Amino acid sequence: MKALLLHLGVLAGLLALNFLAPAYHHAMLARIMVLAVFGLGYNIAFGYTGLLSLGHALYFAAGLYATGLLSQAGWSAGPALLAGVLAGGAIALVSGALALRTAGVSLMIVTLMFAQAGYQTILYYTPLTRGEEGFNLTNAGRMLGPVNLTEETPRYLAALALFAVALLLKLALVRSRRGRVMVAVRENEERSRMLGYDVFRVKLVALTLSGLYAGAAGAAWAVLFGYVGAGFAGIQYSILPLLYTLLGGAGTVLGPFLGALLMFYLIDLTSDVSQSYLFMVGASLLILVVFAPKGILGSLRARGLKWLP
Amino acid sequence: MGFWPIFLLALMEGLVSAAVLAITAAGLSLVFGVMRVVNVAHGAFFMLGAVGAWFVTTYVPGPPALVFLAAMILAPLCVAALAGLADIAVLKRLNYSPDATIVATIGLLYILEQGALSFFGPSARPVPAPFSFRIQLPWFGYSGYKLAVVVAAVVLLAVLWLMINRTKAGLVMRATQSDPEIARAFGINTDKVYAGVFAFGAGLAALAGVLVVPIQQAYYLMGEGPLLMSFIVVIIGGLGSLRGTLVAALFIGLSDGVISMFFSPTLTEILATLLVAFVLIFRPQGLFGRGAA
Repeated sequence: MKALLLHLGVLAGLLALNFLAPAYHHAMLARIMVLAVFGLGYNIAFGYTGLLSLGHALYFAAGLYATGLLSQAGWSAGPALLAGVLAGGAIALVSGALALRTAGVSLMIVTLMFAQAGYQTILYYTPLTRGEEGFNLTNAGRMLGPVNLTEETPRYLAALALFAVALLLKLALVRSRRGRVMVAVRENEERSRMLGYDVFRVKLVALTLSGLYAGAAGAAWAVLFGYVGAGFAGIQYSILPLLYTLLGGAGTVLGPFLGALLMFYLIDLTSDVSQSYLFMVGASLLILVVFAPKGILGSLRARGLKWLP
Repeated sequence: MGFWPIFLLALMEGLVSAAVLAITAAGLSLVFGVMRVVNVAHGAFFMLGAVGAWFVTTYVPGPPALVFLAAMILAPLCVAALAGLADIAVLKRLNYSPDATIVATIGLLYILEQGALSFFGPSARPVPAPFSFRIQLPWFGYSGYKLAVVVAAVVLLAVLWLMINRTKAGLVMRATQSDPEIARAFGINTDKVYAGVFAFGAGLAALAGVLVVPIQQAYYLMGEGPLLMSFIVVIIGGLGSLRGTLVAALFIGLSDGVISMFFSPTLTEILATLLVAFVLIFRPQGLFGRGAA
């Protein structure tokens, strides 16, 4: 009950900010919410099931490009978005069916290599994808029914709607039976197998769900912000959701959102002082992994807030 | 030029990249073999070697060959010291847990790239080769420096081989690799071995960076390609097996040279990365490895 209230409270706060936040922060929050959805999905695989992937950019890019290219081909926003979500899930399912035959360090490298191959494939088909330079969506492609997503307020509300659905679904997932089996696999794979769970299947489902989230974030990014480029498929976009999750707390529902929020504002504040984006990301990773491997919400949970999901 | 001279040129180019790759990948392989750490910052150490060479050759006066020799010694030493510090300050605190060290070395990679960007700048800068004679073949002339790199790599790897198999330091390393617990029981300070191996691996990457910089230019993101290629080589050769790494470096370097002469390099890279993924999935001991990994 407390948990549900907390999450609804966060969503209500974000809704209130639609009316209160100054234009600059309003625009930034919309981006944060979309990337937080990516982080929420990453956390399903990493935080709850213990699958450390270094290749989630592939699923994000799958959603981004499926939506972007279909929109260019004349599809309207609704079906293009749906196709993007499914593309993320489908790629995750196929690559997961192969990659999950490995575990630990091998899994990280295999996912990294798949993502790298995807990135190179986008560059290889530059005539179609426009490579690093990327392309912009037409304004007509960014009309979701009567809603014009090139305007600030509808864009913010659309991002919030996506985030709310993603957050509440994840809350339901981790409190369900399946969510607890995922945690069991993370904690002790052998024992879960002995108890009769099909561990491979649990992992594959978790990764596919994670891919659906990543695909949804990518698809939403294409339609909401109107730009598609190969940069989103690079290794950096595999590291970002990992960073958000570690910062906010792996295995907590709200963690990736908190992580994305803090990281965005940290980079924004320091960019007034210096152009040191890489340093901020690198130093945060190091500090987190050495001093606070549980992240913010994970540490809070360990210090008394046991009900935090 | 007919087909065969072009093929010969492709082989020679492949041999040069195989030489540089072998040195870089040997460092990565050593670190993974002894410490079980996947060092994502390895490419950054490579880049620091090249950048260090630029600083030395730019600011140290003297005859070019001598200054370049100084760069070959100074840059790897500085990078090794830096890596040793990173090991003590970060990796040791993580108890060398595989997951945590990967995340930590990603962080290290970003910090080092930022450092190079801030102090060296965003532009690529050339370093002149220490000598500039060309070898004239019937069909084309070829840079003598590139051949010198191949010779240097062969000598270096031979020395590395002897060091690991014939010296006390190598014995201590191998003992730590096969069983750290027992090594400690025999009075080996494994913490020192780990710090030393991490520094040594980084030094090898930096040396490869110094050797390559007269061929390419020094650039703050130049480490990403070699990092990926080293990963590919180390995995194809079998994780932690130095012999496999060297065989794979030769194989990948040569075929990369030949294939990218006739096909698009992007396509080559797609195929290589997919090959690595499938090797890890279906043959985790590597194509040239023996037994279970």
